[in-house]
Amino acid sequence: MSETPILSLQNVNAHYGAAHVVQDVSFDVHDQPVSVIGRNGMGKTSLCRAIMNLDPPNATGTILLDGEPIGGKPPYVIARAGIGYVPQGRKLFQSLSVDEHLRMIKTSRTGRWDTAAVYNLFPRLAERKKISATQLSGGEQQMLAIGRALLVQPRLLLMDEPSEGLAPRIVEELVDTLKGFVDEGVGVLLIEQNLGVATSVAERLVVMVAGAVFTETTATEITNSPELQQRFLGVTPTGHE
Amino acid sequence: MASGSGLTAEVASALGPRARLSGGTLFLLIILLLAIVGIGIQAAADATLFAQITLNGLSLAGLYFIVASGFTLIFGLMRVVNMAHGSFYMLGGIIAYLVQERMLNPDPTSFDLPQATLTSFLIPLIVSMFSIALLGVLIQQVFLRWNQGQELRQALITIALSIIIADQAVARFGGIAKEISVPVRKSIQLPIVGMYGTTRLVLLLVAIVVGVALVLIISRTRFGMIVRAGVDDRQMVTALGVNIQKVFVGAFFLGALLAGLAGVLGGAVNSVNKSDDGKFLLISLVIVIVGGMGSLTGAAVGAVLLGLIDSYSDVYLPDAITNYGVLLTFFLLVFVLAVRPYGLFGRPG
Repeated sequence: MSETPILSLQNVNAHYGAAHVVQDVSFDVHDQPVSVIGRNGMGKTSLCRAIMNLDPPNATGTILLDGEPIGGKPPYVIARAGIGYVPQGRKLFQSLSVDEHLRMIKTSRTGRWDTAAVYNLFPRLAERKKISATQLSGGEQQMLAIGRALLVQPRLLLMDEPSEGLAPRIVEELVDTLKGFVDEGVGVLLIEQNLGVATSVAERLVVMVAGAVFTETTATEITNSPELQQRFLGVTPTGHE
Repeated sequence: MASGSGLTAEVASALGPRARLSGGTLFLLIILLLAIVGIGIQAAADATLFAQITLNGLSLAGLYFIVASGFTLIFGLMRVVNMAHGSFYMLGGIIAYLVQERMLNPDPTSFDLPQATLTSFLIPLIVSMFSIALLGVLIQQVFLRWNQGQELRQALITIALSIIIADQAVARFGGIAKEISVPVRKSIQLPIVGMYGTTRLVLLLVAIVVGVALVLIISRTRFGMIVRAGVDDRQMVTALGVNIQKVFVGAFFLGALLAGLAGVLGGAVNSVNKSDDGKFLLISLVIVIVGGMGSLTGAAVGAVLLGLIDSYSDVYLPDAITNYGVLLTFFLLVFVLAVRPYGLFGRPG
């Protein structure tokens, strides 16, 4: 692991007013995908927003993408530097059609991803080009949210709970799609509450508790230990939070 | 029993506001109906006059639409409160007049400018439009970009600017209304209407062209897509690698350009007047609220309603209350807000 990590977080902190929601978070993402797990309200989404420098929260700390500092830069610069952001709840634009979602993003001519490549990856979207994004099914909405994130030619896909609200069969497709990106050399930082998704995409898991990195574990370890699942995800109440 | 009375209370509370609303709406509907009947009777009595007034109203609506469409772009879509929009309108007329005055070398003893050629009308028009557009961008860059989402600050800053502009305008341009000279014959013969002012017809045509162009820009171009997406979720737009600041600059450029264009056209059809800034700011606000924030269709419909009300009330109201015609505008506002709180074509959010 001596090569430069794709994403490096060093002492990242974030505040909502006085609330310290991300506390000294430091970890690296290399070629292999990483999943961040943790219960509701543990700062996972805040961490995403801190990486994109979306306000709020107010984020500080060092964030490197391929060794280049991106922390503190405007969100559009961070996205262009190569972070494809797929937010929680997809955040599609209700006034735009499927095609317009893709066309509004300026794509570089040299990149792997353009509108045609996205339609190639998700043929379902090509059939629904002219439809308003709000009329898509949950799975199709997620495809669109991923598709538009690809247009920034990401070095890293930053995905916040992509499996939320999707049918199990669609979640399987989603996992396969994500594995495809990993094979292409795109870094994946996946925020998930669904342990099945988190472990099938990434072997390496970062556990967040109360805004801080509590520990790191592996998919193999946590899958075989109901006790760890209880502690980190509160599958049954543990009473200490 | 307890659940039964609870249900009754629930039904009553659900009906209560609606019943009150329909009472108020009914009252306003009766006024509206009376107005339409009144206008109908007058129209039957003198069709030529009615046609003329209607055309007056529509061309006025054209002028209103050009100003208000710029306003709806900046305020309705980009959510920047620009209280200097009326000043852009007024300055547009003043700049065009001053440029034209230089070009035409008027007789110092005469009050009016000599008839303009096409060149000596279009050059002042273009110079004025682009000066105002650049002024808009300047104001956005220097004062407003630091205050995104801070509506009160934006309002106070732009009100301050409009006061400064208004005072400077009086100091340098004077308080007397002046007319921009046009390169066309004063009037032409139309069926039913009779002789009618050419400039007003041109104004109507320009308004339609502006409307169509804006609809195309918003619905077809990348700029338009980003503007619409920005209305839904500005942060998400930037998180996708789009520099929304550029789009703000573009919106301000276009919005101010339209106000400047309207100022020149208004100065040609009516006059360049130092008190136009407040008047047209108010008109833009009313139109955007009536039509619905950010809706171009709404701005067009709002402008037509306002133009017709202005025009009809000037002529058809009994002499004793003609001066109160302005109030009808606010009746319209109250009526629309009572029935559709987000405006005719607006939507929540």
